[in-house]
Amino acid sequence: MATTERVGGPSGPLQTGDPADGRMWTNRLRNRFFGTFPPEKLLPDRQPAYVASWIYVFGVATIAALIVIVASGLVLSLEGPAWYHTSSAGHFVNSVHFWSVQLFMLSMVVHLWGKFWMAAWRGHRGLTWVTGALAFFVSIGTAFTGYLVQSNFESQWISFEAKDGLNAVGVGAWFNVANVGQMLLLHVCLLPLVVGVIVVWHVLLVRKHGVVPPLPVRADAPSEPPRDGAVPDRPVEPVRTEGTTP
Amino acid sequence: MSSHLKTSRDVAAAPWTGPVRRYDIVKEFVIALVVMGVLATILAAAFSSPDEKALTFKGWGANAADNLYAVTVGELAGTTESAGYGPPYNNASEGIAVGPLHPQKWMGVRIPVDAANDFVITPLKSQEQPAAVTTALRAWDAATPDQRTAWATALDDAVQATAEADGAVHPDQVAAGEYGPVPDLATGLVAMARSGALDGAMLSQGRFYASDATKQILFLDDGSYFDDAATAQNLQGNTWGMMNGVNSYPGQPWLWWASLWYQIPTFNPAEDATTTTSLQDNADAWIFYIIGVIGLVVIFFPFIPGLRSIPRWVPVHRLIWRTYYRTHGNSHLL
Repeated sequence: MATTERVGGPSGPLQTGDPADGRMWTNRLRNRFFGTFPPEKLLPDRQPAYVASWIYVFGVATIAALIVIVASGLVLSLEGPAWYHTSSAGHFVNSVHFWSVQLFMLSMVVHLWGKFWMAAWRGHRGLTWVTGALAFFVSIGTAFTGYLVQSNFESQWISFEAKDGLNAVGVGAWFNVANVGQMLLLHVCLLPLVVGVIVVWHVLLVRKHGVVPPLPVRADAPSEPPRDGAVPDRPVEPVRTEGTTP
Repeated sequence: MSSHLKTSRDVAAAPWTGPVRRYDIVKEFVIALVVMGVLATILAAAFSSPDEKALTFKGWGANAADNLYAVTVGELAGTTESAGYGPPYNNASEGIAVGPLHPQKWMGVRIPVDAANDFVITPLKSQEQPAAVTTALRAWDAATPDQRTAWATALDDAVQATAEADGAVHPDQVAAGEYGPVPDLATGLVAMARSGALDGAMLSQGRFYASDATKQILFLDDGSYFDDAATAQNLQGNTWGMMNGVNSYPGQPWLWWASLWYQIPTFNPAEDATTTTSLQDNADAWIFYIIGVIGLVVIFFPFIPGLRSIPRWVPVHRLIWRTYYRTHGNSHLL
């Protein structure tokens, strides 16, 4: 940040680092954010040695699939909701959108199950789990509205079936699954925004707390002694750095 | 044991001081993005995506005219599912409830649907009609509500009396009776559907722009044409329909835990059941509450004593971290 000087003011020249700066909202936000997320924590190049399993891939795979969904969805939105019924190019883009949703949900489910068996909420990571679970449920809602706005037989049937359950619990009047206009706006605007915010929040929490360490092996459990030349399931390049915080 | 758990929690909360490895997070992301993009493209090219054409009233009139005739009479008589649905469409019933909870009733009528007028009379009046239908519309308008109901109910009963075991009805075999203008109204609507005009009339409802298909969906749902098409595609709730797509495409398989409840006879009566229980009558409400509870349990799982210890008891973690355990055992974890 450039130094700002105020010459001739009642307090003399204003310098960066003035004690009064600490009361500025901008400074407070900056200090809070970068204090919590220094660059080496936001984009680390080291991870604990236990981060060495294919299960860890599914978190980033979920985000990657989400980007493919958003990209293909943006192309669809440029041409309007009826495009893919009448154009082979539109149908192909819709197919990419459809399959990326399947890949996204598959990756997310595997990721959630992996984190479940790791008890990944340990060590003050409860909110990380909560945001991940929320991302799953909001994604279900987003995908559901996608099925509703296909304007084909499937969307007719799904809206008919879903309305009864939603009416039964008293929300159908405000979330009317047969109102294509309402569902379309929710699908392309509000819900993707909510998913995006939750995913960013989730990733920041992961970066803040780091990857949860393994559960201790029970003393009475059968042990596997270290083997010379053991081949890990993912390449591990150990860099002994005592005290490093991932 | 408690001190052991306390220690392991402390280790999980503290900055990691054990061995570390190089991990190129940006490279991992870029590779994942390329893989997902290529995978989605290959799957799209190989399998395309489902796009079964929407059903139309024209198709209903052409393929199941007798059913459309019977449903039209039912709409005028107030005997169809839509006519008796309750909130948020009308006050014909209180809707589904669970014990003292009546959220459907509490919702009120916020999306008004008058089955007789919205599905039959208004569309018929939206265009020029043959003389018989025009005369019938005048007679309907001039009649009292009780007279209308008497005519329509009499014809509804007569049409249902022709029903076969599979539900097929035969309006041409209806016995003579006091039906007033109702037969001409029903015949006129079927003709309008067959011409394709009913699709436009139902969509616009007298307006230029339209984006709400509530009335079309409700009307379609009252007949067997829509239901039969869904059954043929395995989309019914009791055949895991939430998870199925048309033409064997995947639907929403991530909803298996919600679809599961519709497979249970406790909530879903058999096809040939002659009576139903309160649970079955109110199954949608019960199942949606169960789904909500499951959702809350999943979201707040880390804070539920007992449940949150399951991963400690079931040693899947020994598989996930087998390399680390093999190399380091419990060092750095206690």
